[in-house]
Amino acid sequence: MINVTIDNKAIQVPEGTTILKAARMAGIDIPTLCYFELDGMNFENKPGGCRVCMVEVTKDFNGKPRRNLAPACATDCVEGMEVLTASPRALNARKTVLELILSDHPNDCLQCEKSGDCELQSLAARMGIREIPFKGEQTTYKKDTTLSVYRDMDKCVYCRRCETMCNKFQTAGALSGVNRGFPSVVAPAFEQKLGDSSCINCGQCVQVCPVGALTLVDNIKNVMDALADPTKKVVVQTAPAVRVALGEEFGMQPGEIVTGKMAAALRRLGFDRVFDTDWSADLTIMEEGTELLGRLKKALAGEPVKLPMFTSCCPAWVAFYEKNFPDLLEYPSTAKSPQGMFGAVAKNFLAPKMGVKREDLVVVSIMPCLAKKSELARQELGNGTDQDVNFSLTTRELAHMLKQCNIDLNQLPEEDFDNPLGQSTGAAVIFGATGGVMEAALRTAYEVHTGKTLPRIDFEETRGFQGIKEATIDFDGFPLKIAVAYSLANARKLMEQVRNGNPNGYHFIEVMACPGGCIGGAGQPYHHGKSDIIRKRMEAIYREDSGKPIRKSHENPDIIAIYKEYYGEPCGHLSHEQLHTHYFDRSDKLEATK
Amino acid sequence: MAKYKMHILICGGTGCKSSNSLQIIENFHNILAEKNLADEVQVIKTGCFGFCEKGPIVKIMPDNTFYTQVTPEDVRRIVDEHIIKGRKVPDLLYTNPENKEHVSDSKHMDFYKKQIRIALRNCGFVDPENIEESISRGGYEGLAKCLTEMTPEQVIAEMKASGLRGRGGAGFPTGLKWELCAKNKADQKYVICNADEGDPGAFMDRSILEGDPNSIVEAMAICGYAIGATKGLVYIRAEYPLAIDRLKIAINQAREYGLLGKDILGTGFEFDIELRYGAGAFVCGEETALIHSMEGQRGEPTLKPPFPAVSGYMGKPSNVNNVETFANVPVIITKGAEWFSKIGTEKSKGTKVFALAGQINNVGLIEVPMGITLREIIYEIGGGIKDGRQFKAVQTGGPSGGCLTAKHLDTAIDYDSLVAAGSMMGSGGMVVMDETSCMPAIAKFYLEFTCEESCGKCTPCRVGNKRLCELLEKITNGTGTMEDLESLRNLAAVIKDSALCGLGQTSPNPVLSTLDNFWDEYVEHVVDKKCRAGVCKKLMQYVIDPEKCIGCGKCAKGCPVETIQRTDYIAPGHKLASFHIEASKCIKCGACINNCKFGAISIK
Repeated sequence: MINVTIDNKAIQVPEGTTILKAARMAGIDIPTLCYFELDGMNFENKPGGCRVCMVEVTKDFNGKPRRNLAPACATDCVEGMEVLTASPRALNARKTVLELILSDHPNDCLQCEKSGDCELQSLAARMGIREIPFKGEQTTYKKDTTLSVYRDMDKCVYCRRCETMCNKFQTAGALSGVNRGFPSVVAPAFEQKLGDSSCINCGQCVQVCPVGALTLVDNIKNVMDALADPTKKVVVQTAPAVRVALGEEFGMQPGEIVTGKMAAALRRLGFDRVFDTDWSADLTIMEEGTELLGRLKKALAGEPVKLPMFTSCCPAWVAFYEKNFPDLLEYPSTAKSPQGMFGAVAKNFLAPKMGVKREDLVVVSIMPCLAKKSELARQELGNGTDQDVNFSLTTRELAHMLKQCNIDLNQLPEEDFDNPLGQSTGAAVIFGATGGVMEAALRTAYEVHTGKTLPRIDFEETRGFQGIKEATIDFDGFPLKIAVAYSLANARKLMEQVRNGNPNGYHFIEVMACPGGCIGGAGQPYHHGKSDIIRKRMEAIYREDSGKPIRKSHENPDIIAIYKEYYGEPCGHLSHEQLHTHYFDRSDKLEATK
Repeated sequence: MAKYKMHILICGGTGCKSSNSLQIIENFHNILAEKNLADEVQVIKTGCFGFCEKGPIVKIMPDNTFYTQVTPEDVRRIVDEHIIKGRKVPDLLYTNPENKEHVSDSKHMDFYKKQIRIALRNCGFVDPENIEESISRGGYEGLAKCLTEMTPEQVIAEMKASGLRGRGGAGFPTGLKWELCAKNKADQKYVICNADEGDPGAFMDRSILEGDPNSIVEAMAICGYAIGATKGLVYIRAEYPLAIDRLKIAINQAREYGLLGKDILGTGFEFDIELRYGAGAFVCGEETALIHSMEGQRGEPTLKPPFPAVSGYMGKPSNVNNVETFANVPVIITKGAEWFSKIGTEKSKGTKVFALAGQINNVGLIEVPMGITLREIIYEIGGGIKDGRQFKAVQTGGPSGGCLTAKHLDTAIDYDSLVAAGSMMGSGGMVVMDETSCMPAIAKFYLEFTCEESCGKCTPCRVGNKRLCELLEKITNGTGTMEDLESLRNLAAVIKDSALCGLGQTSPNPVLSTLDNFWDEYVEHVVDKKCRAGVCKKLMQYVIDPEKCIGCGKCAKGCPVETIQRTDYIAPGHKLASFHIEASKCIKCGACINNCKFGAISIK
């Protein structure tokens, strides 16, 4: 421990503590802008670039004042250090720096998507900025959009969070600093369009952007129009992670479960049927679990087969391996994602049941995710003229839509989903957290494979925030080797292993792109680096699971029924046609930037 | 080996080369062959002599004759007269601008008299493409001494005792830097030579690499021995093709001679050097940015600590020194720290190379002992201000430096005195200005450079310098206010106090030093809307004195924007009505002034 004095308050901190963290321990909140951390999730951005957190070191290691101001976020405390966080000199610099940032910002807060949720706006309010003394040129860039991410770099404050997220956390390598000096901006290489780059549409750049430079592609109007169209029937599905985060947008505590209220709210919005992606998550387990068992059986019989099998629920992950590992396309499960399966079932099975043509059935998904907006447009997920899922809204968009329609989640009763695509198990809801798909698959695969009831239903070894989790599961004598990863940097490590002959002998690997899995998705309410929020969402996910009467996908009566009535058997002919997909080599997107 | 009676040294540096010095060399070869003198007179393509203003330079040894501005056609005369008949060619000798006398040899030229050449010791003397010439002048003796007589600790101790400080700008003690890196244990360490010279007008590193690349190869090997590194990397800007070529030749020859490679001089010491090319970004001269650029990352600085000595290239301990710093190393080893530390001032030892430029008679590259005064440099070595005009300021330290005035002329210059005066040593740019220079415009010029070259990473440098530039634009175009001057000073101070790296922290120096030293000139620009130097076009007004105008109309005919019209007024004694310039349309091209033979037009 070392002794430091911050704003005349003496404290002891562990060695290696930054001034920023030491100050926070002392109850002093130094404002920051570029600094961003997800505690315990392998994400830290502290380039020391914005210079908002500058403090005055009045006594440094040598007993003398430091010549220049120091960035609190990136300066380690040393024994005997004395710091003033709000001296006239520090305050003047902080305010001037903020004025400089604002002098190159459109300041169109009233129309900005981030209004009310913008870190720059809050900072300006906190620092009492009433005018911007610097008038001059502003940087302007081309607007750019993919199906998921909208870029308005005029608003960029060059904090580089997106870049760190893209390159360090995901290793997607789509974003980096380009140009020098005043026109510096974060952009794909050669300033090509994001859609032409190695971007995988995970959207985490949007989740961490402090301002409105990177935002989601808003589909609220598409959905409103569909709801208002009397010739259409509109059904909705909601992903597992949405129900543990939507409440935050309505002032509830992180981790509040709002499943019933959400179903009620969707009904108030005018959806004709309110269904659940959890139902199709159960369906996914049937298909994916069966596929895994099939591959394992072949392997045991000595037949050539691709192992390990990777999960394929996460569309950012799918885009990632299509671009980076085209030689390994036969490894991931061919099962569509739960969103995709739901769409296929809705358009093929439900539409006739409801007595509407598939073109007149509009399928909307509510997702914690930006990549889902891109996934639904994949050519193979439609019939050529009509996509299986028509629109995907994020948790944030749903909240906006409800607020626009004067619906306060707090005031609503709890209602159930509609059937038959509404009933789900605990195995489905844990899809929302890292390790959940693995655990759900294990619950089913074990019982189907062994014919025995699981001795324990909770697989603790797949839970938690460790970047890569490994375990060997006793499958009735067969040692099943599994791994679970979130962040595509971790996934890349596992893929490299597979490329090098799978030395650890994995059989099954789950990958999710976002921090902590879908609960930390880019479509979720902004967490502003408060990792506690993501942790609370995870706790809620497992709470929801343990409260469910049925916790294994193969025991979902509606799932059993649809196989009986429609699909026959998992991985059968019809399910292969409708519930499975295939992947493409998209590495040409990368070649251009090499 | 052939013995020659005479040597003809011809500058093959970038400057003289572009003035056709290679043709001069070829002509010498041809004509000497024609006269059957090729065995007696050796023609050597050397590096830069420093006196670039008068290039191409041809020097005849042993009599030290210094011919300036030689053309390929002059070669025959030099051979016929000087080589064969022993008579110097007077019109090719340097002419003293004061007494118009020819100076027969370089020892008597003011430009060289006060110089002490340590870093540039071999430039202009050896063929940089022949390692044997370097060896004949003591090259690689330092390395041999280190490897055979000294421990790495002794080498570091010698460097520390010498007092050598980094010549790249910041002046960090070199021996201490080596010691910090030597202390860190690692499986791999790197010696990095910073050859990313970027100050506008500075070319000492290029000259050393072009003129004496072997000194850098030797110094890097010495450093490798001292800090325990087996790999050396030279980060050199790709715009220096000649320096790159010569460095490559030197490295290859050193390998052939066993001076680089696995078992150097049979001592078992291993060291080799590779080149890395930079794209010419000024900020990549900052050592962390340089390292990132070498790693293939975006060339931008990161916070220190960690220092490169702990975590540098590829995360390994690395020692980064500038070219000129390295050039001093071999001599310090061979002649000893005591000899070196006798030169210079108390805290700045040795010499410094400056690129002397601006409104001065002798432009070129000079190497002077620390502690010399600006007056000596400007009036003795530099030969004073051009055309007899008044000295106004001298800008040192390149874009990060400041402008010093007449009151600083007698300051003994070293690292610390320059900083105390509000400027800095920098890499050694020195631009001399006379009364025709406008100081706010000069500050703007340097700021424009920093704006271009900022990496953009931190707000104060990326946006702040842009705003400084815009404020200076307002001031120099006549729309500035006193509040702008206040804003300028505060913003400059904040940038200096809060920018991330050395580039940003020093970028406001030209503004702050001119505000301090030339405040009146700023006030004139914003209050009186006047530019005393006549530089700021927007503040100039061309006026015709109706009493002097005879009404000939030549000015109006030559005006490209037709803004000069005849008036009704006929001055007493004149026959025609005078002309008038409508200021709003005037583009201040100056054509009218040149056309008026009666001195009726002036600038106000």
